[in-house]
Amino acid sequence: MIEVTHINKSFDGQPVLNDISVSFEQGKTNLIIGRSGSGKTVLLKCIVGLLETDSGNIFYSGQCFTSMNRKEKQKIRQGFGMLFQGAALFDSLNVEENVRFKLDMFTTMTPKEKSERVDFCLKRVNLAGKNRLYPAELSGGMKKRVAIARAIVLNPRYLFCDEPNSGLDPQTAIMIDKLISEITKEFNMTTLVNTHDLNSVMEIGEKVVYIHEGNLWWEGTSEEILETDNPELNDFVFATKIVKQLKKLDDI
Amino acid sequence: MNLLEHIGKYTLLVKRSFSRPESHKVYYKRLVTEMELLGINSTGIVAIISFFMGAVITIQTAYNTESPLFPAYLIGLAARDAIILEFSSTIVALILAGKVGSNIASEIGTMRVTEQIDALEIMGVNSAAYLILPKIMALIILAPFLSMLSMVVGVIGGWIAGTTVGVVTTPDYIYGIQYVFIPYYIVYSLIKSVVFAFIITTVSSYHGYYTRGGALEVGRSSTLAVVHSSVVILLFNLILTQLLLS
Repeated sequence: MIEVTHINKSFDGQPVLNDISVSFEQGKTNLIIGRSGSGKTVLLKCIVGLLETDSGNIFYSGQCFTSMNRKEKQKIRQGFGMLFQGAALFDSLNVEENVRFKLDMFTTMTPKEKSERVDFCLKRVNLAGKNRLYPAELSGGMKKRVAIARAIVLNPRYLFCDEPNSGLDPQTAIMIDKLISEITKEFNMTTLVNTHDLNSVMEIGEKVVYIHEGNLWWEGTSEEILETDNPELNDFVFATKIVKQLKKLDDI
Repeated sequence: MNLLEHIGKYTLLVKRSFSRPESHKVYYKRLVTEMELLGINSTGIVAIISFFMGAVITIQTAYNTESPLFPAYLIGLAARDAIILEFSSTIVALILAGKVGSNIASEIGTMRVTEQIDALEIMGVNSAAYLILPKIMALIILAPFLSMLSMVVGVIGGWIAGTTVGVVTTPDYIYGIQYVFIPYYIVYSLIKSVVFAFIITTVSSYHGYYTRGGALEVGRSSTLAVVHSSVVILLFNLILTQLLLS
């Protein structure tokens, strides 16, 4: 479980996050949604510690992350997996080396055990046999799947996904969403997905948090989001023409 | 950001780079790779430039000492001292700052803007140590060898050019390079090469590590890495010369 209490963050005096308090449950796919520039990526980066908060605390299973020193943070981060917007695979390493990276750094497994674990993870993301390819030889969807395999290789307790569907076609996006949702259940992880893709919200969102202009504007489930009378959230959810038409039909 | 802030951030980054490695095996592998990329792959350029610089130094010395008062062997002596004292350490370091420094800054800078450094941090890896320490160690280990290579090739270049052009005979040149030879000059040159290797790798890594933005900023970091490394090398050349030769 991840608990965020009274987080504030500003850049050059310009507030980006205002007093955000929210909790994310274990074994669930938690979604942070909001318009571009609303502060959701900053919130995610504060939660994982890539950005320092101005005030407030972040707790991982009751442990205060914000008050930890660098070494303690490094230790707790070994239980993190993260899928970046651009996948952030290591260019100089091939698929197998990318996935094996954490095993090489933090375990004393034998080469055979590592190889078996890498094969298992690649098979899990439907990339079996692609071990020798380099990131430059992969499509956008494949890169994301390698990044997921890399994230789950050490059975993480927490999975963070920053815009996992950006730049992907709808079918591949659905496949990535399903994969995130499945592995969340499989590994009983606390998963945080940062997105503005409403399809993801409806497909995998078990808990949804809406951030508006740096404020926690709304939280609920993906079913509740369609029934809300929150005007800003409605504007966001029913922004596209096709969804507006569907809502009109539904209202009729 | 002012100079003191840069120095402070640079010092903290270097301190972080010298942290205990998470996996000695992985770091050793990276060290070997970096030795090849930064050191072995620089031998060609160092050899070519040293050969021609040795040749030019010899010919210029010969044409500027065309006097019966100067014995011919002084051409070899002057070429030897110029190469050992200054060229093989300082000038080679400036060349390496251009080749290796820009390479380091652009590599680490690209990793920064494509979130690969963030990915390392999220995994619980000390990104500064993982990326920078092997580079520092690799160039520190190989810089003295590059310097010695430069000395040998430079002196050979001077001999070939001098005898081909006819400004000095082989016996005079050989006598000159052996005349009043002070072995400490080689030690002095090697000490300088190690210090310069540290400067090149750390200053360039600093610029790469703190790159913000996109491709344009990576290019800018790369340029700044070369410029700042070169300036710091020249400054430390002065300090080390005073300290070691006074």
